[in-house]
Amino acid sequence: MTRPYAPDRYAAESARIVRHDPAMRDAVDGAARAKAARREKAWAEIEVEGWRDWARDLKSHVLTHLDRYLEEAETSLLANGVQVHWAESAADACATVLAIAEARGVRRVVKAKSMLTEEVGLNAALEARGLTVRETDLGEFIIQLLGEPPSHIVGPSIHRSLDDCRRLFHERLGTPPDAAPEALAAAARRALREDFLQADMGVSGANFLAADTGTVALIENEGNIRISTSVPPVHVALVGIEKLVPRFEDLAGMVQLTARSATGQPIGNYVSLIQGPRRPGEPDGPEEVHVVFVDNGRSGLLADPHAWEVLRCVRCGSCLNICPVYRQTGGHAYGWAYSGPIGAILAPGLLGLEAALPLPFASSLCGACAEVCPVRIPIPELLVYWRERAAEEGLTPRIESVAMRAWATLAERPAAFGAVSGALEAVPLQRVGRALPVLRGWVEERSAPEPGDRRFLGTWSRKEEGA
Amino acid sequence: MTQTTPSPDPPLEGPDLPLQGSPSQGRRGRVSLFATCLADRYFAEACADTVHVLRHFGVEVEVPPGQTCCGQPAHNAGHRPEALRMARHTVATFDGVDPVVLPSGSCAAMLRRVYPRILDRATTDARAHAGPTRGPDAGSDDDSSAAAAGSLPDRTWELSEFLVRGLRVLEGPEARSEAGDEPRLGTGLAGLRVAYHHGCHALRELGVRNEPAALLRACGAEVVAWEADRECCGFGGLFSTKFPAVSAGMADRKLDTLPSGVDVVTSADGGCLLQLSGRAERRGGRTSGPGATFVHLATLLRRGIAS
Repeated sequence: MTRPYAPDRYAAESARIVRHDPAMRDAVDGAARAKAARREKAWAEIEVEGWRDWARDLKSHVLTHLDRYLEEAETSLLANGVQVHWAESAADACATVLAIAEARGVRRVVKAKSMLTEEVGLNAALEARGLTVRETDLGEFIIQLLGEPPSHIVGPSIHRSLDDCRRLFHERLGTPPDAAPEALAAAARRALREDFLQADMGVSGANFLAADTGTVALIENEGNIRISTSVPPVHVALVGIEKLVPRFEDLAGMVQLTARSATGQPIGNYVSLIQGPRRPGEPDGPEEVHVVFVDNGRSGLLADPHAWEVLRCVRCGSCLNICPVYRQTGGHAYGWAYSGPIGAILAPGLLGLEAALPLPFASSLCGACAEVCPVRIPIPELLVYWRERAAEEGLTPRIESVAMRAWATLAERPAAFGAVSGALEAVPLQRVGRALPVLRGWVEERSAPEPGDRRFLGTWSRKEEGA
Repeated sequence: MTQTTPSPDPPLEGPDLPLQGSPSQGRRGRVSLFATCLADRYFAEACADTVHVLRHFGVEVEVPPGQTCCGQPAHNAGHRPEALRMARHTVATFDGVDPVVLPSGSCAAMLRRVYPRILDRATTDARAHAGPTRGPDAGSDDDSSAAAAGSLPDRTWELSEFLVRGLRVLEGPEARSEAGDEPRLGTGLAGLRVAYHHGCHALRELGVRNEPAALLRACGAEVVAWEADRECCGFGGLFSTKFPAVSAGMADRKLDTLPSGVDVVTSADGGCLLQLSGRAERRGGRTSGPGATFVHLATLLRRGIAS
């Protein structure tokens, strides 16, 4: 899926959506709120704070000993008859999948929903070699027909309304213009059934991978992942290296906490635990299973003493759903695979800080995300961390750095600070605001504050002396 | 049994705060006021009202003259050396043992939650850079790290939490009306329909949840239900000027959900009030509640304690 823009277009794209695309904004806002409400209810049913502590500690433990667990996972996978590949970069990941496809003479690929394949740009790489790629998750199917990237980690088409889908399916699949949602789903199922049966290869991601048993765990609701990974003769799973859990039994807790956080369900409708290719005597399953471990910037993040915590992320999307900034625009404005608060702290690690800008700044630091993160990633602190790195590396506006230095110097000199603050009385902010770098953004959308006729501190000391 | 809670709200939540230097015994004592630069400039009345309210409850208020900016704008925008300079200046300015009270939730959160983090990290990083040659001095480094923010984080209070948790003005016989049922601080807000906006940092960093509404009700106000009361207003410091459309969209969500007939929108944070009032003014008369004005919590409380 080609993206029309990158993170550096965030300011313009977000403004365009807020000002000129109220339909998208409303669709995202409504869907995000509904998801957030379901998460809240599902969390209330369990002693969630204990679960969150456990999940945080488990993922931190794995990340702290990742070298060991990756080796253990490889050994377990090989013992299961799974072929293991290592991809350092996005290009490596795509090349690996292409090599597997070419060795098997693959023409048609069905895909289970996977944000990692979105991150590495797999579809475009496969299509460039003439392969046919079909997304089989209903939301992914919709946006593939539309030629759009996903706008949400879990709900890729939440920026589209039911009416959008009715129109699309009417044009492309011949459903009645007023078809019920069930009829739309049935039409998609009929179209996808042919693709499943003709596919030479199924590609998936992984929610978790248990190191001790080499089990790939996938959570879903539609059954398309189960079919994509079991019907075609070849299954390739792209797995981020951070997806490991130590033991098979850890999957139970992680799968439930992820489902409750992502969709508000106690568990996904389908949980597939993939243990290798079809064994002699088994009636079904793929002939080959491949796991491609993808780094693509993750080991760099892991080496960072602050930013590594983002690697605990289980991609539930709950931080997107609660985020008032994300709710204004949806995911497209962010210009890459992962949007919302988590996308803003993943981007610098996976894309490089300069390419990720201004995403770490695209947050009011309200902190709602940290309250709903099932693995307790300190998202606001990491946003500030990346902002600090940007300032240190000279990637923030020069005028801002100069102004901040001047401000700090004034703040250390109370008399001068008071004089400057007092002088603000004389500045007609409303009129001159448009010419001032920082104030321009303010007066664009709001009236400038009245400075009042006096400061408190100046008048206070005089009053106290008189009293 | 008689209903003695001020409202149908759940009991006041939140962790028990260390009451270092708190004058909770006998409601006497002295506090330092940190006016904060934004309130000093744009909510001068609210700063004076904070002093008035504190004195009303028998507290002596000192205003250290060296105070300026807590450094939050620099911190939030990633300008760490500047944030550190302002943090150190503020720590030095509010030396001593008195509680420090702020008419600003986000600045209070800066002092209480962010100072220990950034000042400690500065010390840790300095040690890491110094390398192993400083090994024998590690002990004294640890001491300076602990002293970096000193006791200031533990002595820091947002006004409403200081009144409710520090001074406990909603408890005890002095707070009761003559009928003895409901806590009464005054009747100055009787008949006023108030919408309270939770500043994000007051809510999430300080854990200030029901204190402001409980105080307002105890002064006779009707605090209305507002579905978006805990959602961010979109201010976020420089965020508001870097991404003005998104920021304004967030303010619109707040304004669009204001219940009708609200007389006053209030908050413990001046920044949020500038954002909401500035946006409401720019939009014109579309804010519900024809006469809705935006007033700092400290100013409402001063009106409230008047009988």
